[in-house]
Amino acid sequence: MSAAAEEVVTEAPAVEAVPKRAMTLGYGTSLVVLAALVIIPLLVKNFIIFQMTMLLIYGLAVLALNILTGGSGQFSLGQSAFYAVGAYTSAILMEHVGMNYALTLPIAGVICFGFGFLFGQPALRLSGVYLALATFALATAMPQLLKLGYFEHWTGGVQGLVVTKPDAPFGLPMSQDMWLYYFTLAITIAIYVASVNLLRSRSGRAFMAIRDNEIAASAMGVDVALYKTLAFGVSAGITGVAGGLGAIAVQFVAPDGYTIQLAISLFLGMVVGGVGWLPGSIVGSAFIIFVPNIAEGISKGLSGAVFGVLLFLVIFLVPHGARQVAIVAQQLAAKLKKN
Amino acid sequence: MELFANQVLAGIATGAIYACMALAVVMIYQAIDHLNFAQGEMAMFSTFVSWQLMQWGVPYWGAFVLTVAFSFAAGIVIERLLFKPLAKAPILTNVAGFIALYAIINSVAGLIWDFTIKQYPTPFGSSPFLGSQLISTHQAGMIGITLLMLVLLFFFFRYTRVGLAMRAAASLPESARLVGINTSWMIALGWGMAAAIGSIAGMMIAPVVFLEPNMMLGVLIYGFAAAVLGGLSSPFGAVVGGFLVGIFENLVGTYIPGVGNELKLPIALALIVTVLVVKPAGLFGRAIVKRV
Amino acid sequence: MLSTLRIAAMSAAIVAVAATSTTAFAQKKYDTGATDTEIKIGNIMPYSGPASAYGVIGKTEEAFFKMINDQGGINGRKVNFVTYDDAYSPPKAVEQVRKLVESDEVLLVFNPLGTPSNTAIQKYLNSKKIPQLFVATGATKWNDPKNFPWTMGWQPSYQSEAHIYAKWLLKEKPDAKVAILYQNDDFGKDYLKGTKDGFGAKASNIIMEESYEVSEPSIDGHIVKIKAANPDVLLIYTTPKFGAQTIKKTAELGWKPLQIITNVSISVGSVMQPAGFENAQNVLSAAYAKDGSDPQWANDAGMKKWNAFLDKYMPGVDKTDNGVVYGYGAAQTLAKVLEMCGDDLTRANVMKQAASLKDFAPDTLLPGVKINTSATDFAPIAQLQMQRFKGQKWELFGEIISGDVPTQ
Repeated sequence: MSAAAEEVVTEAPAVEAVPKRAMTLGYGTSLVVLAALVIIPLLVKNFIIFQMTMLLIYGLAVLALNILTGGSGQFSLGQSAFYAVGAYTSAILMEHVGMNYALTLPIAGVICFGFGFLFGQPALRLSGVYLALATFALATAMPQLLKLGYFEHWTGGVQGLVVTKPDAPFGLPMSQDMWLYYFTLAITIAIYVASVNLLRSRSGRAFMAIRDNEIAASAMGVDVALYKTLAFGVSAGITGVAGGLGAIAVQFVAPDGYTIQLAISLFLGMVVGGVGWLPGSIVGSAFIIFVPNIAEGISKGLSGAVFGVLLFLVIFLVPHGARQVAIVAQQLAAKLKKN
Repeated sequence: MELFANQVLAGIATGAIYACMALAVVMIYQAIDHLNFAQGEMAMFSTFVSWQLMQWGVPYWGAFVLTVAFSFAAGIVIERLLFKPLAKAPILTNVAGFIALYAIINSVAGLIWDFTIKQYPTPFGSSPFLGSQLISTHQAGMIGITLLMLVLLFFFFRYTRVGLAMRAAASLPESARLVGINTSWMIALGWGMAAAIGSIAGMMIAPVVFLEPNMMLGVLIYGFAAAVLGGLSSPFGAVVGGFLVGIFENLVGTYIPGVGNELKLPIALALIVTVLVVKPAGLFGRAIVKRV
Repeated sequence: MLSTLRIAAMSAAIVAVAATSTTAFAQKKYDTGATDTEIKIGNIMPYSGPASAYGVIGKTEEAFFKMINDQGGINGRKVNFVTYDDAYSPPKAVEQVRKLVESDEVLLVFNPLGTPSNTAIQKYLNSKKIPQLFVATGATKWNDPKNFPWTMGWQPSYQSEAHIYAKWLLKEKPDAKVAILYQNDDFGKDYLKGTKDGFGAKASNIIMEESYEVSEPSIDGHIVKIKAANPDVLLIYTTPKFGAQTIKKTAELGWKPLQIITNVSISVGSVMQPAGFENAQNVLSAAYAKDGSDPQWANDAGMKKWNAFLDKYMPGVDKTDNGVVYGYGAAQTLAKVLEMCGDDLTRANVMKQAASLKDFAPDTLLPGVKINTSATDFAPIAQLQMQRFKGQKWELFGEIISGDVPTQ
């Protein structure tokens, strides 16, 4: 290996290894979080229920990115594109075809899975900044595709589509917001459990082997190409479901809602929550929903700057995101037990 | 045929903007091995500083030199203050830091200088260049400055001790430290130089697109694309990439019927991705062999 | 004995109190968000994100109501102006508007900006019967009292303005070949549609429709392409930055078509001057408001008030920014409506009064342009006047034209 002209690099993995057990929460903590998510909506105003619904929806989208980046080590700035495809799929099926909202979600998921899987093919040859640029290109192209004249009959072009919010079924005595929240919660839990199981399965181990060292993984017989595209597909599929739910919750889809801004937010959510730590997704989602509101509360004229400063504070204090907080808390708890 | 020639010329003129920015992108990539999302905003802020100096009565070239010096210093300060503490943090955390920096600079510039567009002077005038109305003397001047920076960078990286040390520090930090290079300061120096080159790019671009806090939003996307197309390790490639993107974008918009005009950016980006799939290190980048 | 008397006296007093309070109740009527001392108004604006340039509108309105409060408020009530950032994102707009309605409990939502954001909140506000008053977008769809009785526009619609240009061209230059440069979003497409409708059977006069994206740094390539088609007239339906680029580039190309530019980009200080006054000579447009940076209004009574307001409440603000003129006019219209409401501050009455404006002329509108609304006309400003750029200012010419476009 002494080719003189070539630079030889032992590349450090872009994403550090997270052992798979550290990717989830213990049973006790899970139950507490679950109980909070079930009970709180019964006590608060509708608009807070709406915010919590958005929290879960963005949480799902961050989780999807986490599977891709934290799981298989591939970086994406294009998640907003998959989110948009999911949202438009649901909106078009509901408004043009008249399909039930719940049925549109699996379809949105499947279409996005296919879309992600196909996009994963060229992405195979790219890594690091190059993959970042390719996904970034996808995110900037999506709003322009959505307003293209050829699809205008279906997408509503620049004007977008207004979506009808579903009522609670079986005459349940709850508001539309509350019903949609519990509906979203059920889907979120199902996808979360499935994701945890996926990462614990053979495929999950293959993802992580690729993340930690692609060449070693392929030497061990992991079909790198298959698993990398599969990770893209799964991630896009989950993002698509989140997008569909988002369209129903917001009651509106338009190209302006799915710009690169959204992809960047989701990325920030993943970093703040902790790359590769699935429960962190909800923390990251809370960050991208609530911190801009806090920043704006501090200063209207400088809300962008305040947001930036808060973001810097978070990454200075906990560069590994909420995962780091969880680890410290765990160690503290263990110490207390010993004493 | 005349339209074709005109579009190519107009593409070269626009491409000069991208090439200028792409050089700054390559500079930071050489220093930190990553792209800096806040680079466009840093350049925009520098340009505003020069504009403010001129408002205070400093002549153009005086403001130019002062701004380049200020930007160099500011780049180093930003690195020491904000990114050195993150040196050991995961790379994705650093990317989040770039985004935070982006938000801060954009918001502060908007507060100080407002969002209305401002006219920015050019030292080259804006009369037709060599009889062609498609390229103005300003654009010719911008191309000249870009090529000059390219030559300087080429010599800097290839023949000066600092340039070589900087490349070593970025690509092989451990080995670089072993041979006695202060890698930490090399990174700071890289930030300073990238900021200085960015400020020149900003001052060259502003007369064409007008000065305002969001002026670099689009330019940076194209600058990244150009740098990646040409190869992130090659200043020469970045400049060629800039011109190629400019020309190609115009031709797509003019000659692909129906969707060409509406989708010229997506089509241009798709083409770049295709190039990357075939040549993963860009047109002029050097292939890197990975080893376990 | 004494105790009976006392009880009688007391019950008489109670009856009296009850009686007065019922009469008071009959006079004063309130919905959520209004009390004897306060009127709470909600607003959303893009203070951050890609459209943050418009944030100045919200800041102007906030400052305007501060001035109103310093002058004693409206019918003795202080205005509490609550404004949030929606970052020009529809999901965020929904979140913030719901916060305004359900948590801050505002009486009405005033001047929310952007077609996408307003479309996203329109259904919600109408189902809750909350006024979505004087929205800051020029789409035609806000004038639809039948289907959306709680939504009302303010500025002239983009389509009606484009209509005026088409009619003017048909009359003055019936055989001119026309090219259109438009921004590829709801704003540009509305102008495109209005122009085509205006040309009607003569739509074949339009030989080119060229769109650009906001993400493009420079639109020089488009201008070169349009020039190659050699039209006589160039319609510029762009935001200010691209408008200035277009005027400058056409001049650099040595090309002299008749140029008509959208009302959105007519600021003397932030479009014409950066583009170069010498390049902007004879550009046409239509206006409904005065320009803060146009010297011809220096001695105008309304603009003097506007200037005094800015000097006191927004010192250091960029007066060339059209948003400052816009926010002032919109806020003044709302103040007028609230004043007309008197002590009946119910949401239904707010809409009723908003739909009964007669010849109201805010300080910042052109002389002769007046606001008129009715139960079937939810388009407050419908008048425009053509103008031509001469020297360093706009010269108005022709009649004031009403450009109402009926909603389909």
